[in-house]
Amino acid sequence: MNLAENILDVEASIEPIDLRSRHGKLVSSIITLAHGGGGKAMRDLIDDVFIDAFSNSALNTLEDQARFLLTDLAKHGDRLAMTTDSYVIDPIFFPGGDIGKLAICGTVNDLAVGGAIPLYLTCAMIIEEGMEVTTLRKIVQSMADTAKAAGVFIVTGDTKVVERGSCDKIFINTTGIGVIHKNYQLGVHKAQANDHILVNGFLGDHGAAILDARGEMNLSTQIQSDCAPLHDLIQTLLKAAPNTRFIRDATRGGIASVLNEIADASKCAIEIQETSTPIRTEVKGFCEILGLDPLYLANEGKLVAVVPANEVEAALAAMCAHPLGHDAADIGQVLENGRAGRVHMQTSFGGKRIVDMLVGEQLPRIC
Amino acid sequence: MKYVDEFRDPIKAKALLKEINQIADGLAEKLNRPVFIMEVCGGHTHSIFRYGIENMLPPSIELIHGPGCPVCVLPRGRVDDCVFIAEQENVIFTTFGDAIRVPGSKKSLMEARANGADVRMVYSPLDALSIAKKNPDKEVVFFGLGFETTMPSTAFTVLKAEADGLKNFSLFCNHITIIPTIKAVLDSPDLQLDGFLGPGHVSMVIGNQPYEFIAKNYHRPVVVAGFEPLDILQSLWMVLKQLQTGEARIENQYNRIVPEYGNKMALDAISKVFELRQFFEWRGLGSIDHSGVQLKQDYAAFDAEKKFAIANVTIADPKSCQCGEVLKGAIKPWQCKVFGKACTPETPVGALMVSSEGACAAYYLYGGDRIDAIQINDVVEEVSL
Repeated sequence: MNLAENILDVEASIEPIDLRSRHGKLVSSIITLAHGGGGKAMRDLIDDVFIDAFSNSALNTLEDQARFLLTDLAKHGDRLAMTTDSYVIDPIFFPGGDIGKLAICGTVNDLAVGGAIPLYLTCAMIIEEGMEVTTLRKIVQSMADTAKAAGVFIVTGDTKVVERGSCDKIFINTTGIGVIHKNYQLGVHKAQANDHILVNGFLGDHGAAILDARGEMNLSTQIQSDCAPLHDLIQTLLKAAPNTRFIRDATRGGIASVLNEIADASKCAIEIQETSTPIRTEVKGFCEILGLDPLYLANEGKLVAVVPANEVEAALAAMCAHPLGHDAADIGQVLENGRAGRVHMQTSFGGKRIVDMLVGEQLPRIC
Repeated sequence: MKYVDEFRDPIKAKALLKEINQIADGLAEKLNRPVFIMEVCGGHTHSIFRYGIENMLPPSIELIHGPGCPVCVLPRGRVDDCVFIAEQENVIFTTFGDAIRVPGSKKSLMEARANGADVRMVYSPLDALSIAKKNPDKEVVFFGLGFETTMPSTAFTVLKAEADGLKNFSLFCNHITIIPTIKAVLDSPDLQLDGFLGPGHVSMVIGNQPYEFIAKNYHRPVVVAGFEPLDILQSLWMVLKQLQTGEARIENQYNRIVPEYGNKMALDAISKVFELRQFFEWRGLGSIDHSGVQLKQDYAAFDAEKKFAIANVTIADPKSCQCGEVLKGAIKPWQCKVFGKACTPETPVGALMVSSEGACAAYYLYGGDRIDAIQINDVVEEVSL
């Protein structure tokens, strides 16, 4: 099913309802505690900012819950997938995205890597009083645009406003529901000897972009966050390589953490090749200066897939033909022997080193 | 990446390794033991593990990971002093990132921050100065840490604070100096060491001359080395060549960065602002004469040790911790009683497990085949404090 069909189907599964007038209701230019107080100010905020941007028939009913027809959901597959994530990021606008785009992509991706077609999202916001309404609108519009492009609907939400200092500008939680097709049975424990490890492109862009955007290092780079919804790429990949064992998006902790989780759950050893691992020159340089390791940097549009050897060629070809995968690469393999739970890397220099889980956060080195 | 990939060329590495193998095997046969070479600097330790160099070397060479990781040799008493200052009212405590997790006797700076202290990570001491300017009603303390590599930037920051007339900036000085420490290592009775890789970045400031005594008095070769993997292999090869011919000289492999007589401007700033302490406490090594610096009397107004009533007491390392023996090369990290059991990067007992430049953390994280062969006992030992 392509994305357009998906959108039509999803919209059809929501009970239709009349829209209510909502434009121009909000007069204040900043968010105050009144906007979270449950009264008229809050209703104006919801109507004017959220409903206006997210508008769809499930949301517009303004019930306390969104309602869907089970029969329509069942058309997409045989299992529901559900996930939740909270987004707290500094700065809230960064090269390549913003907290709104991130809040959609992150939850869409958490559904998608399980093989699910993402359908509905919730949106709960905790806003620090004093935020400019124009800033909030920008974030909400970014969420709406990203959701539309991803073919998902924001169907219910919640808004809280807290006193200055009680949160850092804005925190967003999104919960998502998707449906998994009966043919896909992905699992972190399913990696087998000789399977290959694929990624869909350059690693570490998001982590480097955010660190740089904080401006503390006074470096001027062109690095952009890779923040993107991966479900369409994943469905394409699964069609080309239906026996794919496992997929995960390599967010916090980078690919190093994902590989360790696979090695641990599948009780296998994994070897990756530094020369095959795609990392942009700018990101490499950034990491060199700060003493960071790009394998541990966060990504928001990169996945790690474990694919059986006989489907690697098809999987790579399918990913490379997709706009979010044209730099896809085969970076390593599950070993036949080797210590279970261990990940190591053949360095481009000809040596071998262990790639362990990250302890705490990555800290820049003194010298 | 230009100017980087050239120093990570695997073909050149292979050629160098072939020669290294040949010379080291010959020397080891004569000595009837492996050749022991110490890399003094933590930056070298980090590179050696990051590029898997240790696993590429023949068994006829053993690398001893020296005391040159400033985070690792910071004694617990000084960390306690940091926490004490950070927890004072109206203080913003600024520090380099990797010092934030070093355990004190009660807590680390990271734990102090979680308890409400205003501890901020900076990338340069000048960042601390900007924070001081932005927060005139707070005392901003910079945790000065490191060898001669970071000493000049701290010195210039103090000079700038003076020039700008800042009254709310001070330095908690824990800068240390490498030469007395190398001497202490050379004088230690349980030492077996044939040569040194000299610290590249320290030497960029102090030059090559200060190492002369190692060749003259102790007859050990020193090669000042860069930090890229080929730099390290070439430097090892240079040390081996000297050993082969029975020479002991100071050589400079890192001459693209290290000037023979160091950096005059940096050295002038250091001597303007700092003076040698009578002695300084090192974790694992004990007190070493003239191994630390403090602010001169002229700059007392910027001295956090004078502004705050710090305890400045020596707190012994946990009994089970053998960081000192590892630092001197007397035992390997995995031979320590608590390595990988009570002491891991998540719950470090000794400082060598904290920084990625620490030999123990490097072995634990990047270990490789040598560690794989070792069975780490699963029994978690009680850590006696």
